[in-house]
Amino acid sequence: MHLLNGMRGALIGAAIAAVAILTAPLYIDLFQIMQLTVFAAMAVLALSLGFIWGYGGILCFGQTSFFGLGAYAYAVAAINFGDSTPAIALAILVPVIFATLLGYFMIYGGISDVYLGVITLTVSLILFNLVNSTAGDFYKIGEARLGGFNGIPGVPTFNLPGDPSYILTPEQAWMVTGMALILVYLGLRVLIASSFGRIIVAIRENETRAALLGYDPRIYKLITFMIGGAIAGLAGALYVNWGAFVSPTIFALGLSAQIIIWVIIGGRGTLIGPVIGCLLLQWLVTEIGAQQAMDANFVLGAILIVFVLLVPKGIAPTLRDLAMSRLSRDTAPAPTADATAKVKT
Amino acid sequence: MSVPLLQTGGLTIRFGGVTAVDQVDFTLKEAELRCLIGPNGAGKSTFFKLLTGQLHPTEGHVHLRGQDISGARPHEIARLGVGIKTQVPNVFNAMTVQENLWIAARHKHTPAYATELTDQILSELRLTAIAHKEVGQLAHGQRQWVEIGTVLAGEPELILLDEPAAGMTHEEVERTAELIQDINRSRALVVVEHDMQFIKMIAKTVTVLHQGAVLIEDDVSRVLEDARVRDVYLGKGLAA
Ligand SMILES: Nc1ncnc2c1ncn2[C@@H]1O[C@H](COP(=O)(O)OP(=O)(O)O)[C@@H](O)[C@H]1O
Ligand SMILES: [Mg+2]
Repeated sequence: MHLLNGMRGALIGAAIAAVAILTAPLYIDLFQIMQLTVFAAMAVLALSLGFIWGYGGILCFGQTSFFGLGAYAYAVAAINFGDSTPAIALAILVPVIFATLLGYFMIYGGISDVYLGVITLTVSLILFNLVNSTAGDFYKIGEARLGGFNGIPGVPTFNLPGDPSYILTPEQAWMVTGMALILVYLGLRVLIASSFGRIIVAIRENETRAALLGYDPRIYKLITFMIGGAIAGLAGALYVNWGAFVSPTIFALGLSAQIIIWVIIGGRGTLIGPVIGCLLLQWLVTEIGAQQAMDANFVLGAILIVFVLLVPKGIAPTLRDLAMSRLSRDTAPAPTADATAKVKT
Repeated sequence: MSVPLLQTGGLTIRFGGVTAVDQVDFTLKEAELRCLIGPNGAGKSTFFKLLTGQLHPTEGHVHLRGQDISGARPHEIARLGVGIKTQVPNVFNAMTVQENLWIAARHKHTPAYATELTDQILSELRLTAIAHKEVGQLAHGQRQWVEIGTVLAGEPELILLDEPAAGMTHEEVERTAELIQDINRSRALVVVEHDMQFIKMIAKTVTVLHQGAVLIEDDVSRVLEDARVRDVYLGKGLAA
């Protein structure tokens, strides 16, 4: 009951977004649908970092490791099985296993937050170099040639579950990707409202206090890290499905930095923020690319600086604060203000 | 013959050249209320950190009901029923008062019962009016109360309070003293405090720490009359 009350706004928003996603092909051309598909896949990736950093307090500089592993796992599995359904499962499973091992080593090893950032970044660079050097016939997993820096072309895209002969149209693939984004968002909302969600926020706020109350911070952080890996892996599968292609640049530094910028600009400590930040910046970069008047990286950097200085909380929390102060001004004695302040988007 | 609730033997910790806690033998019976006093830097907070697993001893041991917990981690010791209010408040700043207590209560209980227990403690501690305020925005005295509430919500059997009355108004100090006596009806406590008035209000047995070691342990009236204790508090003994 209580949970549903807090979720009402999210459910209504999700329902509206779902209708928009499902009807979009009616009034948007295919080119734009394709563009929106990759935006949505990236937004899932943004959610993965938005969750582990914003709620778990884990700043992972190498979220692309899980994204890339998911993408490669999907590509290799889809080529071997000729069916996307088990490939998607593996795109989640492989990064989760990797996140478990890496997370266990870092978190139970008592590595500090700063080193965790450095190590995750380094791991993504190692993966980049590893996969980059897999050119040649020797590097094959079953039928799939890893292809080194050339990547894997011609990856089978999503098919109807249970019917590999029915390949989804680009419009259907868009709907699947958009709905995946909504489901991941709602799933995370439910998780955050649960006891587990409250406990990880408490650990983010004060690890010592949480431990002194009997919670083992390590297991909670590890599970958070694993969930982040799972979501990033799913995003990887969605991404490969979009382009039917994957190459080692998926592990590259540029993307790692971009994810962090999306979260900072959209707003840490919210879920909608990273989605907004991701969609907005991708759209902007695409526009700038189309006009070719300015350098996209330069504009990204400038926007980041402006935000860090002027809107340090990011878009979503700032908008929420504005709405909240207006709300409490309009309804002079506002006993509900505190109660609503608790409901984080 | 009964096993004491808490017992330390030869408990020692050194930081480089500093021996912060020095060969401390300390015994606490079930449901006992003990005051731990000593000048600044005597090692009281460090002693509490050793009891709660935040630090591990260089030498010696800590036994809780006969079980060796010297090397245990903080969450393991907490699960054995030890709760602590630290000197520098450890609270969840970005969360509300209600949420702070709820997290503590949730460890043992279902979400619904945790909410019930939280409400009960909030009203006992007269925190209901600020239940939905963010703890980070409260004054120091109020944050102390929130932390005490959080400790109580964890339902520990042994409660350690490190300077619980610091930053409180006179009236709040009296309420804290009442609360401690109230808690002591069913549970054991060790209270570190500087304020002698406060000690007189609650104390039966007092342990005095000085330069990491136990200087004297006796009935409150005798401790407060003791010449060495006065020396220590006036600073004369510090050079020794
Ligand atoms: N982590 C540490 N590293 C070095 N010295 C410390 C550390 N913690 C405490 N000390 C020293 O141990 C002594 C006891 O400190 P503390 O336990 O805080 O005293 P009290 O709580 O009685 O005022 C002090 O001299 C302090 O400087
Ligand atoms: Mg102290």
